[in-house]
Amino acid sequence: MTAAPEAQPVLAVEGLKVAFGAHEAVKGLSFSIRAGETLALVGESGSGKSATALAILRLIEREGGRIAGGRILLGTGAEQIDLTALSDDALTDIRGDRVSMVFQEPMTSLNPVMTVGAQLAEVFIRHRGLSARAALEEARAGLDAVRIPDAQRRLVQYPHELSGGLRQRVMIAMALACRPDLLIADEPTTALDVTTQAEILDLIRSLQNEIGMGLLFITHDMGVVSEIADRVLVLRHGQAVEEAATAELFRAPQAAYSRALMEATPRLGSGSLTTPASATPVLTVRNLSTRFPVRKGFLRRLQGELHAVRTVSLSLNEGETLGLVGESGCGKSTLARSILRLVEPAEGRVDLAGRELTGKRLADLRPERRLAQMVFQDPFASLNPRLPVHELVTEPARIHGLIGEKDQKQLAADLVTRVGLEADCITRYPHQFSGGQRQRLCIARALSVRPKLIVADEAVSALDVSIARQVTDLMLDLQQREGMAFLFISHDIAVVERVSHRIAVMYGGEIVEMGATADILARPQHSYTRRLLAAVPSGKPGENRKDGRLREAVAPKLAFTRPGERLAQLPLVEVLPGHFVRAEAA
Amino acid sequence: MLAYALRTLIKMVITLFAIVTLVFFATRLSGNPIDFVLGDGITREDRELLTTYYGLDGSVWTQYLRYLAAFVDGQFGLSFLERRPVADVVAERLWPTAQLILSATAFTLLVSIPLGILAALKRKSWVGSAVMTVAFLGLAVPNFVLATLLVLVFAYLLNWLPIVGNGTPAHFIMPTIALSGLLIAALTRFTRNAMLDVLSQDYMRTARAKGLKERRVILKHGLGNASITLLSVIGLQVAGLAAAGSVVIESIFAWPGIGQLLVRSAILRDYPVLQFGVLTVAIAVIVINAVIDIAYAYADPRIRLAKG
Repeated sequence: MTAAPEAQPVLAVEGLKVAFGAHEAVKGLSFSIRAGETLALVGESGSGKSATALAILRLIEREGGRIAGGRILLGTGAEQIDLTALSDDALTDIRGDRVSMVFQEPMTSLNPVMTVGAQLAEVFIRHRGLSARAALEEARAGLDAVRIPDAQRRLVQYPHELSGGLRQRVMIAMALACRPDLLIADEPTTALDVTTQAEILDLIRSLQNEIGMGLLFITHDMGVVSEIADRVLVLRHGQAVEEAATAELFRAPQAAYSRALMEATPRLGSGSLTTPASATPVLTVRNLSTRFPVRKGFLRRLQGELHAVRTVSLSLNEGETLGLVGESGCGKSTLARSILRLVEPAEGRVDLAGRELTGKRLADLRPERRLAQMVFQDPFASLNPRLPVHELVTEPARIHGLIGEKDQKQLAADLVTRVGLEADCITRYPHQFSGGQRQRLCIARALSVRPKLIVADEAVSALDVSIARQVTDLMLDLQQREGMAFLFISHDIAVVERVSHRIAVMYGGEIVEMGATADILARPQHSYTRRLLAAVPSGKPGENRKDGRLREAVAPKLAFTRPGERLAQLPLVEVLPGHFVRAEAA
Repeated sequence: MLAYALRTLIKMVITLFAIVTLVFFATRLSGNPIDFVLGDGITREDRELLTTYYGLDGSVWTQYLRYLAAFVDGQFGLSFLERRPVADVVAERLWPTAQLILSATAFTLLVSIPLGILAALKRKSWVGSAVMTVAFLGLAVPNFVLATLLVLVFAYLLNWLPIVGNGTPAHFIMPTIALSGLLIAALTRFTRNAMLDVLSQDYMRTARAKGLKERRVILKHGLGNASITLLSVIGLQVAGLAAAGSVVIESIFAWPGIGQLLVRSAILRDYPVLQFGVLTVAIAVIVINAVIDIAYAYADPRIRLAKG
């Protein structure tokens, strides 16, 4: 993947300035990329990295920005063209053919009403002038190239029928259809599980070897950088902070900001929690199962059941954090919701702070609801945009009758200062806060009823790693001072490690391994736990090719049974004191 | 998909039954129609004879059951005025109305979808504002006012177009425009909003990043997605409004359709015809809605595949 030094630059950006109205988002940025080389553009949200990418494709005008200065040169010598000087029409010939792009959100980046095949074929028809039939044949080859199994069947499927990882593969197939000189990948793995991220990174790297295109890889995650980049350009407030070869940067980062970004990256082995947890149990879950009925046809006849949670038992003490890890669709959110009876479990018993939650009527459950609060993944969607902060964060307390109207402002001020915000922000509205600050507000809201347990469902997954780090630090701090228990749910075992006393690994609706954090990391027993561990970027350039087999995709499917059919479950074995492992079929 | 279509069909039948019932009781609210039609100069015997003849004797419930039974047999009664089966009276009115509504719907789509797309694309220039201002004004003009204005200008002052009847293609011009006015105004605004919604979606950026020409980006990717929302509105609003509007417009232009027939039957209290006419219109609207409903589910693969 490393380009020969004499290779010609495919792209040279000189003094690029991008402005949105009066605000300059990119302030004179220069860099170049050679054929076969990968340059990582690293920075946090708002650093101008996406603006740079969209400026190169000249799509920035569509987003309300404009190129305020500089040149973007494609190719070399006599054939060199300045993209900033091209007409709209000439640009459409370049886009998708010589320069193409993969976006962050695979869930929304594909047209929902066109088949995968039609969307891919479009590129060949546009740039290669192929007939519809020939283009579809090429589209199938394109899906094969990104290693989508059963390509022929996928061609006639619609985007919503594919998982996030598969959709991102389709996006990559589309971007690479015409074997471009330059591929721009804007946070292509940020919205994906770590295991899927590892697959996509492997895929991009191997296709780059094959096609030899230059790659501009945009990310905020230094762990990903260590896996894919030859060179790194660190961007902050629209300006280059540091540019260096990847190995060089990781060995001796020059700028303080680069160091800060690297330290924020979750990395395995950075140590687990040492704060003592008490021996008083807050939560005990016994043989909890949740199943969803699957109905089909005219009479909505029951076809069978999907086993989202299968006989899960766990316990959590005061002041303890249990990390629950697993991929999208493994049942971890359903487990959390079943514990709180936001989803109705089929069987099992849950006790919270000495009170049984199961077996009570839902309507009578309100007093218990105070004891457990939830923090959700998307801080933009989980705060009502029409309520000011002082009403938002105190709403649970008012619902539970803990405070009256006049105590509201005082409690709000107290809550926001406890989560590290200024007390005078309580009259503001959610849109005036950044993502990290909003997640702090969500935590403040949970704190308002002094819960015994906080369930954080992917609470930091939507945040930049550096912000995520600050939010998890806040949770640790709160736990130390106030002693509540956390059920911390994430797809990334490296994030979980730092905040958890114990870890439970979930796969296909079952807990496959559970034990003390250090034990799980040092002596993982279940093959799936090992796969999760292998997916985490090492943060050490050059070590990225771990055991390739472990990084192959294994879709975690929930078990399905037809009516009357019983589901056998392999036993959970205690291999060491407190370390449980699910037996595996040979 | 088949199961979904079947469910839609069953819902349709239930709605129809409700309407049949509603129409029956609504027309019985104002007493014995024989009194209105024949007035005071009638003997008691004749009155009773006629009441029995037209099935108006007995309690409301027995009438209702008889009415339902007649329905099943396809016996819808005789027109008080024309002394012919109501089915015949209504049937010959169907085609002129269908022609008028089809022509108005086609005209509405042809005008408002391009206008709506234009308004969305040019939302920041004067073109967009101009389109939206005209559409806004259009919403404020009732169709009978528009019809009167058209007649005044194109028939009386300029003498270009015929007013009465449906004999030639030229006869279609004014009723079509008068009936479409409100619909165009509404659908243009709706198309603009649906397009604006779609234009900001991620997949539009993807389409441009592929190097597609702007025309294809807008028409294939943009309109392709917006048409799903548009379909539901065309079904509910356009079909419904056109049916309601045709009552007024047909009366103004003496168009020999169902709308005109309904107005006449109501004024002259020809209840069998009124009953059957309202029912026919209701059935037409329900059928159109069901068709659109199924088309809507079919156009959106997320619904089509989920409803298996």
